[in-house]
Parts: sequence; structure tokens; C-alpha cells
Amino acid sequence: MLAFGYTRPRPMIYLDHAASTPPHESVLRAVDATARELFANPSSAHSEGAKAARALEGARAQVAALLGAEPRDCIFTGSGTEADALGVLGPARRARGRHVVLSAIEHPAVMGNAELLEKAGYRLTRVPPNAAGVIDPDAVAAAMQADTALVAVMLVNNELGTLQPIAAIAQKLGHTKPPHLHVDAVAAAGFLPMSVRTLGCDSIAISGHKLQGPRGVGALWMRPGAGNESLYAGGGQEKGLRSGTENLPAIVGLGLACELARKGLHERSAAVARLRDAFEESALSRVPGSRTTVPQGTPRGPHIASLAFDGLPAEPLLHALDARGVRAAAGSACASKKKGPSHVLKAIGIGDDTAVLRFSLSPETTTAELELAVALLGEAVAEIERVVNLSRPRKSRHV
Amino acid sequence: MSDRTIYLPRVILCRFGELFLKQGNRSRFLGRLESNVNKTLAGTGLKVSSPHGRLIIKVPEGLCSTPEETEALLLDAGDRLSRVFGLVSLSIATRTTPSIEAMCETALIEARKVLHRYDGKGEPSFKVDCRRGDKNFPMTSYEIAAKVGYHIIKALNLRVDVHNPDFSIGIELGKGTPPLVFADTRACPGGLPIGTAGRGLLLLSGGIDSPVAGWLAGKRGLSLDGIYFHSPPFVGEKTRDKILELARILGRSQAMDNVFVVPFTEIQKKLRESTKGDLSVILYRRMMMRIADRIADKTNAGLLITGENLSQVASQTVENMAIIDKAARHLVIRPLVTYDKMETVALARRLGTYETSTLPYDDCCSLFMPNNPAIAARIENVLACEVKLDVEAEADAVAERVDRVPVLV
Repeated sequence: MLAFGYTRPRPMIYLDHAASTPPHESVLRAVDATARELFANPSSAHSEGAKAARALEGARAQVAALLGAEPRDCIFTGSGTEADALGVLGPARRARGRHVVLSAIEHPAVMGNAELLEKAGYRLTRVPPNAAGVIDPDAVAAAMQADTALVAVMLVNNELGTLQPIAAIAQKLGHTKPPHLHVDAVAAAGFLPMSVRTLGCDSIAISGHKLQGPRGVGALWMRPGAGNESLYAGGGQEKGLRSGTENLPAIVGLGLACELARKGLHERSAAVARLRDAFEESALSRVPGSRTTVPQGTPRGPHIASLAFDGLPAEPLLHALDARGVRAAAGSACASKKKGPSHVLKAIGIGDDTAVLRFSLSPETTTAELELAVALLGEAVAEIERVVNLSRPRKSRHV
Repeated sequence: MSDRTIYLPRVILCRFGELFLKQGNRSRFLGRLESNVNKTLAGTGLKVSSPHGRLIIKVPEGLCSTPEETEALLLDAGDRLSRVFGLVSLSIATRTTPSIEAMCETALIEARKVLHRYDGKGEPSFKVDCRRGDKNFPMTSYEIAAKVGYHIIKALNLRVDVHNPDFSIGIELGKGTPPLVFADTRACPGGLPIGTAGRGLLLLSGGIDSPVAGWLAGKRGLSLDGIYFHSPPFVGEKTRDKILELARILGRSQAMDNVFVVPFTEIQKKLRESTKGDLSVILYRRMMMRIADRIADKTNAGLLITGENLSQVASQTVENMAIIDKAARHLVIRPLVTYDKMETVALARRLGTYETSTLPYDDCCSLFMPNNPAIAARIENVLACEVKLDVEAEADAVAERVDRVPVLV
């Protein structure tokens, strides 16, 4: 607080990149230019249509390059969720089997669609993670049944940041008629180098706005020959899998965002991981009562730090941080309300009375921002702790 | 039966009930109702007139270029008017000429429209209701109804049922005005026009009850403002937005003009620290009353309104409510005090606040709630806690920092 009773304008520290990222300036320009100039329908036979179709295929090549894939195997969707839905529902419906295996920490985009299958008569097996939030490939193998049609495991968990051993899981599924392996890579794309060649899966979903591209666009890579079917009928765009006139401005934006992400990805990924580690170290030493939600040595995507505070409610802590200019995310709600922790936090044994905050970074995040964020986190924790201690006057959390 | 009769002018006929009881100051109530209706229809271009103690909404010449456009405009206006307190019901009617032949033809057109909805399924029964204000018309209302009814039976081969008809055709034959013929009547909330009973201040939480309490208060003619006690960071900005959305829904019934957002965190912490916990809910509510008193002074509100309900939660006892009232200078009313939760929920659904009220943003943080709230607090104990703070000065200070947000519908 300054004198004269007004508050110093607080700098905004955005640490919620796993929820959405600010689009690149050049992406915004490309979206704008495409909307203005390439308004023709890519399916039209005239020369303007051909221009639009060329832009569409250019973007497809850019997306494919980020995934180490062939452009013809990539299709555009309206969101990451839609790419997941198509990657889960389509292959399962095409297969003969009626059993689905998925990790217990999947995003609702996968979990919810698997539950739709369950309602339609499929059997579902949810494989729980270990305490560090990682799925054991042997546990996936053990969940397999004779008629398993689909296995879905995400690459990077969006709440914890944990990296799942997709390649090892793919190997366990065997070589003769293995089930379709779908990978939700929405939280990983643009932050972690990946290649369809080494992952060994059959489909991958990504989303535009998580890698500094626009919203309202996602993409699905499908292994050639993998069975799939569209969710609804229409004009047969995107190889008949996703009808509807292509959202060319957003698609061109996604293509450019993928290209920008691909350049120097290894270096940037390592740099973000170093920032994340420094942030965690700083928070652990300077904020009393803080711990990492999963052990620090756990394999993780580079940009997500998850901190836990036992005995504190998550939502007030989040608001107290927000009031100080730090935008983070909570995986659980006010302690004594019914809402409780998310299914991911429950799966790793986080209880009702632990606040879990997620801080997700970007390559543009600075050390100075993170240092300030740690100081403000300390203030916020102290503020909430005072009120919590009022409710429990006889039990002091810290001696 | 020429097609041209379809293009007869369409109007909305609004009826009001209780206003007729107001002998001495009926014109004041009617004037307020007319001005509220005008406000509701602002921007639509429709014109309001009040011949012979009725409200008629007319479409000015040239406003609409097709009958479909007129119909859409009137249906939308009907939606808006169906929320205006003081109106009992309304009908979209066709204006015809004061001859029995014209009334017969117009009534037949209205009956055909209703029949169209049945789409050949079933054979609906009907009756004709006629009110004849113009006593110079050569037929009685009974004769008109019989003649018009016979005309419809002849043309459509429908059954008459005067006790339990599937639909009824209404004819209003006013003095000096063209007759109105209509088939549909839509219910309005009734009550008295907003602004005829002074002003109140509604304590708005984000729950189901308080918006309903406000709506009921508005129904009896009170103009309203809301007051919301905001405790950041223990509740987030989305809770504040939710309160403003609830206020906007009430505003559609003209039952909310401004919301006063009170920064409550600091004083809430102090109150929480002043007690072992059991009395904290009563201390918060007494402080809310003191702050509301000060805002009510500024808005010239004569009373405070809360959504409290007897025994709904453990602390809502007669003893506690009495102690809370003692902190308020203004009259405190609790429209829902005797309601069952189901009754309140049904009303909340009807006025459209239920979905917003049940959004998952907390209206007050449970961190501030004691595990075992006092069931029957004693005033001595409450005062003993309050004496540790200068509660009046604290209320003054908080009231100075209140943020007024106008409700835009």
C-alpha cells in the first residue's frame, strides 16, 4: 500500500499457461490476414478456393512437422476436446471389442467420452496412477482383456504435469492386433518435443490455444490405417472425419503456432524446466507449509509446477493470490464444501483439507516474475492461514 | 371471409386486478403502472394508452412492414409485460369494427389460429366470453356470445363447453373504442406497481432465497436496491458477478435499481476474532444490518429485506432473528420467513434466478462459519463481543467505501 490510501497498481503475473496461453503476435496477424483475404471456401473450384486450400494444406504441414508426422495423417477439429472425442469414440466404435482402458487421471475430454461409451454398453477399466501421478505400463497391460478396443493415456497430465510413459505402454500392448492407443497431448504440445515415431501410439490430440495459437481449433493425428469414423455427417471435409467448412483463420494460426513452437523446442523446453525447478525450490524454502504435490524427481512436462498446502482451502488461497496479481489455478475447491478435490488429485490421494495450486509457465516467463510470485504466494498463504487458525484456535499448524 | 381481415390491427390488452380496490388513489397507482409499462417497452416503439381503465399497447403505423413482424414484436412485448407487477393478465387481441358481422369474422380468424395448433389432433371445445362496456350496442353480451359462438360452430364444427373449454374466445366491447377479440390470455404476476410502496434495500447473498425475497417485496410495490457483502479473497470475483447477474434478473421485473457492494473482509475478520466462534454468524449479520442502515439512509429506503427463513439453517431461530433486528434502525422484513424450501425453489425457478443461484461460486466462505453456531444467542453475550470493537464507527467507515453498481437490464 502507498500513502494516501490508494493501492499500487499490481503487475499481472500470468502463471496459468496450462489453462490458456497468450497468442503470439504473429499468430494474431496471420488470423486477421487470413480472415480478410482467404475468405473463400477451400472446397470451391475457383482460384480463390484454391488459394484457401493451399493455406489449409500449408497449415497441415506445419502441424505435422511439430508431431513428426505426415501431413495427410493430420486433420483439423474445432478444439482439443473435439480431437479427443474423435480419437476416443471413433476408433472404439469401429473396433469389434467392447472394452476400454484409460488412466484414472485423464482430462474430461477423454474421460467424459469414455463414459459415453460405457453408457452405450462398453466396459471401462480405469488404471490408477502411483502416488507420484504416473501410470505404470504393467498396470495398463494387466488391465487388458481379450476384447480391449481402445487404450487412452495422456502424455502430460494437465493438473500435475506428470509425464506418462506412452512408448513403454505402447510396447506392452503387443504387436499382433493391439488395441487403438489414443494419446491426449493437449497439455504437452508446444512444451515438450514429441514424435509419432517414438511414441508408438495410434492417435494424438492437440489444441491451438495451449501453444500460443488461437482458440476454436485443434488437431488429431491418426496412424494411417487406424480405423476411425466421424462423429456426425456433413460435407465430408477433413477426409470425411470432420465435416464443416474449415475454420481457416484459426487453422492458419494453429499452423503458425506449431511452427513457432517447433523451432528451438528442445532448448526452450529445457529452459522452462529450469525456471520451473527454480520456482519450486524458491517456494519450498520461502513459503512455510508448502510442498510439491508430486516428488520433484518425477518425470514431468517442463512447464507445470504443482504445490500443495496441507490444512488450507484452495479457493480462498487462489483468490488471495489473484488479488496480489498472480493468476494460478486450483485443483480443488473450498475445503468444507461438497465440491472437493478433482478426480486427478483424489487419484493420488490428496484429501479434502489440502489446497493444491498449479502454476504453469511459458518460455516468456521471467525469473523476476517468479521471484515476485513466490513472495506474493507467501503473503497469500499467511493471510489465509490466519483465518484458518481462527477456526481452530487450539490447533496451531506450525510450531 | 376475405384474406384482408387478417390485416386488422393487433394490440395487447393488459388487465390489472388489485388496483380496482384502490378507490381514493387509484389514479396514482394507475399512473405508476402506466409509467412502468412504458419503461418496460422502452425502445420497442410500441405506444401505451389507457382508455377507460385498461391498458392497451398499440403498434404505431409504419413501425412494422409485415403482419409477421408485428406478431413477433407483440410476442416479445408480451414476454416483457408478463413480468410487470400490477398486471394480472394480458392478451394479444385483434381490433375490429363495432358490428356483429365483423366480430363474428374476427372471432373465427382467432379460433382458426388456435385450431391450427391442434393440427387436426383432437377436437377442442370452446366458449365465447363477451364483456360489453358500450351499453348502446343493440345486443346484450349474452346475445353477442351466442351469435359469435354459432358462427364458429357453423364454420369449424366445434363443440361448445361453457364450463371447461379447451380454449375461449374473448370479446371486449368498450365504450367509444373498437371491439377487441382474442383467444389467448397470459398470466402476469399481479401485485402492485413497483414504486407505489416506497423503497426497500434487499440484502443479497448468492443463494436461492434472497432474490426470491426481493421479488416478493417488489410484488407489493417496493422499489428496490440490493446490498451485497463481498469478502475477497475468501470469495472470488465470479461470486460478485453472480450477484450482479441475479440483480439483473430482478431488474427485468424492475425490482432492482442498484447494487451496493460492501467490502466486508476486514470487518468480518475482526468480528471473527472477537468471539470464540459460536456467535460469529450473529455478529456478521448485526454488522450487515448496521451497514445496510447507512446505505438505506442514502437511498431513502424505508425498510430492509432479507431472505432469512425460520429454522432453515441452525442459526435462523426466532431468538437470533430478534437479536439481529435489534442492531437495525430500519424495519426489517423477511418475506420468506414461513416458506418451505420447496416453495422458495419453485418461485426461484419461475422467476429465473434458480440456475444462477446454484452456480458453484460460494456466496460466503465457510472458513468464517463456526462449527456449532449459537442456536439461541443471548444479547448480553453478543454485546460483550461487540464492545471490543467500536461497531458503529466500523460500520460508518465501511459504508464510506461502498461501491454502487447500477443494474442495467
